[in-house]
Amino acid sequence: MAPRGETAKSGFQEGVGETSFDVLVIGGGNAGLSAAIVAAEAGRSVCLLEGAPRAYRGGNSRHTRNLRAMHDAPTSVLTEAYGEAEYYEDLLRVTKGKTTEPLARLAIRESQESVAWLEAHGVRFQKALSGTLHLGRTNAFFLGGGKALVNALYRAAEALGVTVHYEAWVEEVRLDENLCRGVAARIGGTAVEFAARTAVFAAGGFQANIPWLKESWGAAADNFLIRGTPYNTGEVLKQLLDQGVAQVGDPQQCHAVAIDGRAPKFDGGICTRVDCVSLGIVVNAQGARFYDEGEDFWPKRYAIWGRLVAAQPQQVGHVLIDQKAIGLFMPPVFPAEQAETIEELAMKIGVDPRALAKTVADYNAAVRDGSFDHTELDDCHTEGLTPPKTHWARRLDRPPFYAYTLKPGITFTYLGVEVDETARVLMADGRPSANMFAAGEIMAGNVLGEGYLAGIGMTIGGVFGRIAGREAARRASNAA
Amino acid sequence: MLQTLLNTDSAAEAERIMTICNACRYCEGHCAVFPAMTKRLQFSPGELGYLANLCHNCGSCYHHCQYAEPHEFDVNVPKTMAELRLDTYEAAAWPAFLGRSFQNNGIWSAIITVVALIAFLGGAAVLIDPAVLFGAHGGNFYAVLSHNAMVAIFGVVALFVLAAIVIGMARFWRLIGAPPLREAGPRDIAIAIHDALTLKYMAGGSDLGCAYPEEAPSHLRRLFHQFTFWGFLLCFAATSVGTLYHYGFGWVAPYGYLSLPKILGTLGGLGLIIGPIGLVVLKRRAAGQPVQGAAGKQLDAAFLLLLFLTSLTGLALTALRDTPWLGSLLVVHLGVVLALFLAMPYGKMIHGFYRLLALVGFAMEQRRDAALFGRASDPARDSAASQATE
Repeated sequence: MAPRGETAKSGFQEGVGETSFDVLVIGGGNAGLSAAIVAAEAGRSVCLLEGAPRAYRGGNSRHTRNLRAMHDAPTSVLTEAYGEAEYYEDLLRVTKGKTTEPLARLAIRESQESVAWLEAHGVRFQKALSGTLHLGRTNAFFLGGGKALVNALYRAAEALGVTVHYEAWVEEVRLDENLCRGVAARIGGTAVEFAARTAVFAAGGFQANIPWLKESWGAAADNFLIRGTPYNTGEVLKQLLDQGVAQVGDPQQCHAVAIDGRAPKFDGGICTRVDCVSLGIVVNAQGARFYDEGEDFWPKRYAIWGRLVAAQPQQVGHVLIDQKAIGLFMPPVFPAEQAETIEELAMKIGVDPRALAKTVADYNAAVRDGSFDHTELDDCHTEGLTPPKTHWARRLDRPPFYAYTLKPGITFTYLGVEVDETARVLMADGRPSANMFAAGEIMAGNVLGEGYLAGIGMTIGGVFGRIAGREAARRASNAA
Repeated sequence: MLQTLLNTDSAAEAERIMTICNACRYCEGHCAVFPAMTKRLQFSPGELGYLANLCHNCGSCYHHCQYAEPHEFDVNVPKTMAELRLDTYEAAAWPAFLGRSFQNNGIWSAIITVVALIAFLGGAAVLIDPAVLFGAHGGNFYAVLSHNAMVAIFGVVALFVLAAIVIGMARFWRLIGAPPLREAGPRDIAIAIHDALTLKYMAGGSDLGCAYPEEAPSHLRRLFHQFTFWGFLLCFAATSVGTLYHYGFGWVAPYGYLSLPKILGTLGGLGLIIGPIGLVVLKRRAAGQPVQGAAGKQLDAAFLLLLFLTSLTGLALTALRDTPWLGSLLVVHLGVVLALFLAMPYGKMIHGFYRLLALVGFAMEQRRDAALFGRASDPARDSAASQATE
């Protein structure tokens, strides 16, 4: 157990145990775990409430695979250098400037410590995975993926004496102006009142809450698939916003990719991706193309296709490739529809065969031959076609033809609570909260106004988690 | 065609799971299974058998899997591969009808052991004068059973066992759809031997070890496996040195406690006490983990017990060789050793030979960065899989 010399006044409930803590962490993903570990290492009594059962613990972190880390020289897992200026420019580009510069720079600078901190707490890294070599310079990959990271951090937290409750659902945040007194939770079927000197909110976005998504997306949200945990329903976020905490971000903004339409409604994770968009064409339910499939390298464009497909009728897209593309992209988890003719393929995917045949014929006629090279922005493109395909345009002429049906897959939402550089939650009237901190997806919108930079979610979670843990511990000890 | 023997339920499940894993690839750093997998887009039964024999059932990929139960994908690579591995043992066994021994390996091993013991005890009771059998011979066990008799019995058995293992290996090589062995370079074989001797992939790709027996990483299994493996090799070396002494130099056993064969044998024997006990203890701790398929339990336990008994009786014989217990212990020890010999091609021991071959194949595939195994035709089709961009 952590040193308990000057701990919060004791509270106890039969069957639950201690209910009064220096630091209460709500949410048990990368951000919450980082905060809990740092606070426990500072000698505070810490309780972590995880909404999911143990098997699904870790929120979206269990589906991640890397974090984006600044470094001025090669490290054990990162090649070359990736400095603050370049990192920040990358962020400005994807967010179109919609970021909070001090917080963004803080996340970037502190990301230098992330790999070493995680290694010191049992997480291990591996070289960039096959198919992701372009990320070997900027992103550090977790050995075994995000669930391995989550497991290691839970072990570290438990070794430090952090009290962990699973299936602990926070029903009400007890706010007194800008001061958090604790939370009302339900663990299994039991109502529990937790008291705390300080609270760290790391309970994620609201992407698993379809009714909330519908408030900004309308009925289209019914057709969204949720790539990650079903436990991120945003109830804690809503509690905070409804009680005077400052909001940041646009409710429609989120990380969304186009994934296989057969993916599970929740928790499909990485393997539901379909990575052949830039090798073929994408049509909507009417058989019409709607965006330049070859605009840029797929890893730089995959995060826009969720929104593109979401804007199409029935929120559906179909990516079409021919035999030439086989073997050039990561194998999808579900088999493609396959046919010897475009018309036959159209029937299989429920698109009007004549419309699709015309789209393919128009596209084929517009293709200008070049030297195809998928590893660079090559000169294979279309002319006189709207929308154009600007790279990797090759005719769909070698059967069999293959089709994957795409739907929008939401990873996480950006609407969140506003924080300052100490991860402290700000109130809508501009005052800082007395004792509330936030980390992870629940505040990622401070840095990510829109767009996405691969691996930055885990960077934000880790950096602000560690800051929140440090500051919450400091605040709790001052209050003692 | 041999590969059709692998059209099993386990192969079908392994194909389903590998298709999911190949779309995820988070586990690439753990062991050889996943880098071998990424060289492919589809998986024939032979290829799956090859992948299964690269797997150590270490559990890391299971505990780190976002698709493990209760997720609807229900991915459990170690368990599935353990079951498929057993199918490959059965399919590759020679003579083929003895492949069934892998289905109820505990009973099979028990029967072999009992038969071997009865043969030796019965033979001793009938053929050896009780005064000799229960007499003290100053450690000279050839007084109880002559050197020539031992060579005759174990020579014949060893030749059969050797044939069964070598033919089994040849059948295994065809079973996994491998190219001709001559395509393996010396470097491939050297890498495979290195990786096998160091148990490289039993560490889960981490300095902390693999997720065995439980979720937290540990090196214990690798450690006890090394005790067992090197213990066995030292005992083998002791016998080889003894044979060299006998035929090469005319130095006839018994040898002194500080002689080379005795030192090798005693150290090896200790390894075969510590290793198997450690592995059984870990196995009991791991029993509650979902990575432990029912399939391999009997196989592992039966062979560990035989190794342990071989060592125990051998060490007892060494310790008590100057007493009247010499004859009885010798007969029991030889009976256990005979059972161990007969169990080699039809028990857990065979995994070492097949894994070594799978590692040779892995080294070949790594060197050429292409899938070479599992299909006779169209090797080029999947070669691009590992180069695919995200």
